[in-house]
Amino acid sequence: MNNTTPNSFKNQPDDRGHFGEFGGRYVAETLMPLILDLEREYRAAQQDPAFAAEFDDLMKHYVGRPSPLYHAERLTEALGGAQVWFKRDELNHTGAHKINNCIGQILLAIRMGKTRIIAETGAGQHGVATATVCARFGLPCVIYMGAEDVKRQSPNVFRMKLLGAEVVPVTSGGATLKDAMNEGLRDWVANVHDTFYIIGTAAGPHPYPEMVRNFQSVIGTEARAQMLDRVGRLPDLLVACIGGGSNALGLFHPFLDDADVKMLGVEAAGHGLDGDEHAASLLGGSPGVLHGNKTYLLQDEDGQITEGHSISAGLDYPGIGPEHAWLKESGRVEYTAVTDKEALDGFQLLCRTEGIIPALEPSHAIAAVAARAKQMGEDEIILMNLCGRGDKDIFTVAEKLGVEM
Amino acid sequence: MTRPPSPLTAAFHKGHPALVAFITAGDGDTAANLDALVAGGADVIELGMPFTDPMADGPAIQSANLRSLGAGTTTADVFRIAADFGKRHPDVPLVLMGYANPMVRRGEQWFSVNCYKAGVRGVICVDLPPEENEELKWDLDAHLIDWIPLATPTTDAERLPAVLEGANGFLYYVSVAGITGKQQAAQDSIEEAVARFKAATDLPVAVGFGVRTPEQAADIAKVADGVVVGSALVEIIGEYGAHAPAKLQELTSALAHAVHTARA
Repeated sequence: MNNTTPNSFKNQPDDRGHFGEFGGRYVAETLMPLILDLEREYRAAQQDPAFAAEFDDLMKHYVGRPSPLYHAERLTEALGGAQVWFKRDELNHTGAHKINNCIGQILLAIRMGKTRIIAETGAGQHGVATATVCARFGLPCVIYMGAEDVKRQSPNVFRMKLLGAEVVPVTSGGATLKDAMNEGLRDWVANVHDTFYIIGTAAGPHPYPEMVRNFQSVIGTEARAQMLDRVGRLPDLLVACIGGGSNALGLFHPFLDDADVKMLGVEAAGHGLDGDEHAASLLGGSPGVLHGNKTYLLQDEDGQITEGHSISAGLDYPGIGPEHAWLKESGRVEYTAVTDKEALDGFQLLCRTEGIIPALEPSHAIAAVAARAKQMGEDEIILMNLCGRGDKDIFTVAEKLGVEM
Repeated sequence: MTRPPSPLTAAFHKGHPALVAFITAGDGDTAANLDALVAGGADVIELGMPFTDPMADGPAIQSANLRSLGAGTTTADVFRIAADFGKRHPDVPLVLMGYANPMVRRGEQWFSVNCYKAGVRGVICVDLPPEENEELKWDLDAHLIDWIPLATPTTDAERLPAVLEGANGFLYYVSVAGITGKQQAAQDSIEEAVARFKAATDLPVAVGFGVRTPEQAADIAKVADGVVVGSALVEIIGEYGAHAPAKLQELTSALAHAVHTARA
């Protein structure tokens, strides 16, 4: 349920799916009735205790929630400053936060009587999570993945195939995540009668951004309770990496009305924000319309979309969830960006200090935490969402470090 | 407020059904290709604005978009092509078709003013459904440019009034739930839909998506006011490049003849 308290940061979007001027439903007319259906069904599911009960049960016994809250003492010591705590969503089944959303959406798909699932994926984490829930519920699934990403992320491609998914390499455009999303939308528009599109991040046409955020909010809801239980107070700063932004919203949203809790979203600066080889839509882009919503985009002066770049295939999307666009403009959340090189340093730092191999996506957040912790006092607390594990990235990292495997 | 009669609507009232011909701006020698469409007998020109992410288009028009952008086509070029066309063919109305982002990039007002200056008669936007089209629709209207609504097989009686609100020119029936250039809709489903729309609006109804041959076009023209052909023309440009105009004229001529004489 939305909190309707005046001046709340938790009462977005409005009934037409707008977060301030962002969000909305910018889709072809063919999809509009379907989007409205989806919204009706989602509202009904939100009111249905049986839906919540099934979601919670799967979260506990299949995903392995609640994920631990972990005090990273050796990292804290190495940085010398604020205490660093992690929400360990990398310990979820399938190795990332993506599964939280997939469980919610597949339950909705089944509720709507849909018999075929499609999804897009970049790094392959969302594709693996989607293939996983499809196997669990016995539904056929097609995953669209840019041909470039298929090459970069071959272990995840194999995982999806093992799980029974059909992986379709997309060769149009730049053959990465945005092109996979285009192809997902093309499939959907041609198969509206039986197909459910499980979008992987808090973006796309309303109600997806709100729905994905709500499914992912399990992260922040747990973390808030765990913090109060373990430390007796809320953290001073929340940090999370942002591609489309679902893990960050999942952590941030339950804390939005806690005025003393600051928040930092970390975008991928690639080779640096001064060039065009980055994926920082908020810091280096401008508002526009793509993939069903109005949000910040990487684009040229004519509104042509430009390719994002990041060492992390999960972050190189040229857009961002519309709620982040609104949170940026409202000033509630601060946004920064971290380069490929800084992320690689963060990756190695965590491996050595804590015995945790993180994914390259949260390695960006680690780099930002390292910079901030030093500027904060020892009595202050940083809580970061460690949203994915790094098994999938060891080949990329080895190549960057000049190691032959 | 009463608007002067729309030249677009008039193009469907010439005593026979109309052929609407689509190509992408900046794909090949667009001026020569457009002249070939007119010489072949097209009644309305639908000029595609290229976009990096044409989500509703099949492979043929996707490739045309990429060829055009690869050749460096800008929004200014699109308006120049439209304006020059209007000078050469003042009696053939031209509409711009495309995606929202290139249209609203510099603001709805800017786009509307430039459409007006270029003599564009109407605009078709794929991803601005009634829920999001208020601003652009009324800005265009203020410049006497027709907002052309898109109806689809999923547009039911409940949605139709919203789709038709503020619409002018003609109604474009996307006869297939899918992307451009793929399968064709069944004739009886087209007949049923057109009858439904005709009961709800005085606007002419044009039918498109998947129409490739004169025979298909003739069948549709028996029941609709116009037929839209795109992918089949765009494929000719992709295949023949600089030699496309003669081939374009040949196919357009066969299509136009089929459409114009369908009810004779």
